[in-house]
Amino acid sequence: MSDIRLEGISKRYGDFAAVDKIDLAVSQGEFVTIVGPSGSGKTSLLSLIAGLQQPTAGRILIGGRDVTNAAPQARNIGLVFQSYALFPHMTAIENVLFPLGVRGISGSQARDRALEALRLVQLEGLGDRRPSQLSGGQQQRVALARAVVFKPDILLLDEPLGALDRKLREQLQIQLKELQRALGVTTILVTHDQEEALLLSDRIMVLDKGCPQQVATPAESYLRPVNRFVAEFLGSANFVGLSDGRCGLLRPERVRVASNGEGKAARVVEAIYLGQAVRYHLETDDLGSLLAIAPFLDKAFAKGECVVVSWDAADLWPLA
Amino acid sequence: MLAGSRSDSLKDSSLGVSPSTVHQAVASPSCGEGALLVTRSSGYHFIVPGFGFLIPLLLLMVVVFDAPIVYMLALAFWDKAQGFTLGYYGDVFEAPVYLRVLANTVRISVVATIVSVIIGYPLAHWIRGLGRRAKMVALALVVLPFWVSVLVRTYAWIVLLGNDGLVNRALQWLGLVQAPVSFLYNELGVTIGMTNVLLPLLVLPLYAAMARVDDRLLQAAASLGAPPSTIFWKVYFPLTLPSLAAGTLLALILCLGFYITPAILGGGRVPMISNVLDTLINVYPNWGQASAISTILLVVTLLIFAIYRRIDQTTSTK
Repeated sequence: MSDIRLEGISKRYGDFAAVDKIDLAVSQGEFVTIVGPSGSGKTSLLSLIAGLQQPTAGRILIGGRDVTNAAPQARNIGLVFQSYALFPHMTAIENVLFPLGVRGISGSQARDRALEALRLVQLEGLGDRRPSQLSGGQQQRVALARAVVFKPDILLLDEPLGALDRKLREQLQIQLKELQRALGVTTILVTHDQEEALLLSDRIMVLDKGCPQQVATPAESYLRPVNRFVAEFLGSANFVGLSDGRCGLLRPERVRVASNGEGKAARVVEAIYLGQAVRYHLETDDLGSLLAIAPFLDKAFAKGECVVVSWDAADLWPLA
Repeated sequence: MLAGSRSDSLKDSSLGVSPSTVHQAVASPSCGEGALLVTRSSGYHFIVPGFGFLIPLLLLMVVVFDAPIVYMLALAFWDKAQGFTLGYYGDVFEAPVYLRVLANTVRISVVATIVSVIIGYPLAHWIRGLGRRAKMVALALVVLPFWVSVLVRTYAWIVLLGNDGLVNRALQWLGLVQAPVSFLYNELGVTIGMTNVLLPLLVLPLYAAMARVDDRLLQAAASLGAPPSTIFWKVYFPLTLPSLAAGTLLALILCLGFYITPAILGGGRVPMISNVLDTLINVYPNWGQASAISTILLVVTLLIFAIYRRIDQTTSTK
């Protein structure tokens, strides 16, 4: 278990910078998520930390040790791919035993540790199956067991749940969080799913075109984003002009929708029922279109209805 | 009766009756003519809609392929003077020359196959690691000999390997040897020529199997701490092994039937089974003996093929 420090890490291909001067310090046991749209360099950054690629500039320190040019084998990292990357010619338990065998651990001691790892990911009894006989979720859990069984210093997860369906993903997200807490392993997760980032992380780093935009806790990133990109990437956003000429962020759930009273007049363009809430696409006279998410209580406003929208001034977050 | 109803179906299909009609007519119990086929169809499920369209091809196969083989197999049991005989088989096992040639054939085939594997596996692996363009060039160079006649290729080896050939002249010029090395008209020459023919047959399927190995598996193995040699032996090699085994056996089967290469590069001094068959048929006209030897060769080939199928099945079920 160790901390990770990235100092001015860059990966350039000619003029193009896949990763551009990133500094990041992840403390021991912390769960940091790197989010960004595809092509933002998040997977490249993970490959650099894992040692699958070499940075063109900067330093990587794991537990205070400079591993910038170390081979992946020498880094003691648990790595989980979106594609699982299980060895198809080995059973689940043989996959989990692989990193132990490489480290010279064998016999009953290795077997006990492998079984314990499989139990941690709730796959007891499935150890003798081949990857092709397991479902996607089970395969991903085998990959996770394989990545933690040798007690790695850090755990790197590359879109580990990206290939799974929504319900399974939500289940595994909670399992993953519990596992990470139980092991206390320093973890970096890469995802394009902002919900996953908000749910799992201690801190979130938002990347755009290889450049870090903000590194902050989920709540901080969501409520007080540093710029429009972060605001739009994490959740839905309305942008309202402020009196000082700046642009203010107004989250849709902060917009009150009422049939009458104080506020701005608006017309319902679309009302979408989401179960616990209703999403309104509104058209106001002076602010243009506006998105509102209101709890569904007894009734919702219908399409075409005229309503009044309002919000507290404190809910407007000024963007730089 | 079977043949009769088949030709009837043939007529039906040539009259433009839809395949399903043919099938119904054949399968219907009330149709007396199809009765035999009904029992067969319920037993083997080989009559499917559209079967009628296959019959011309089937007939062709039976007449020009299966019948000659059966005739060839039967020849060994028939003597003009005595009628039925096992004498030809007896001769094969009594005259040491035939068994020696058979052993010789198997030995040369095994050596040529092993040499092909030793060259082909690293070659395929090397091609896998090349860049996109270099890969295309390398594969084209491997495939190129395919498009050149075996005869031309074999004579090209004579030009290269002869006493006054390119290789010997280069060796002498470099001072590595004093007298020319005899590459030709011995087992060495035959092995070189056969390896050359086999190489693309082995490299292409091996390359295909290697290209299918996901790089991320190798990266995962590296991140799990495996040194390169472990990654190769525990992950990469096992994943390519089924293709290697299948390709090797296929190459071996092909080797057993080689004729041109041993005839030219062996100069008659390295007889392989096909060359002996040629002599038996064209020089002595001893068809019975040739048939017996062919049958033994066929059995050996089928045995190897059975092993190949076994390997192929175990890999495809994984």
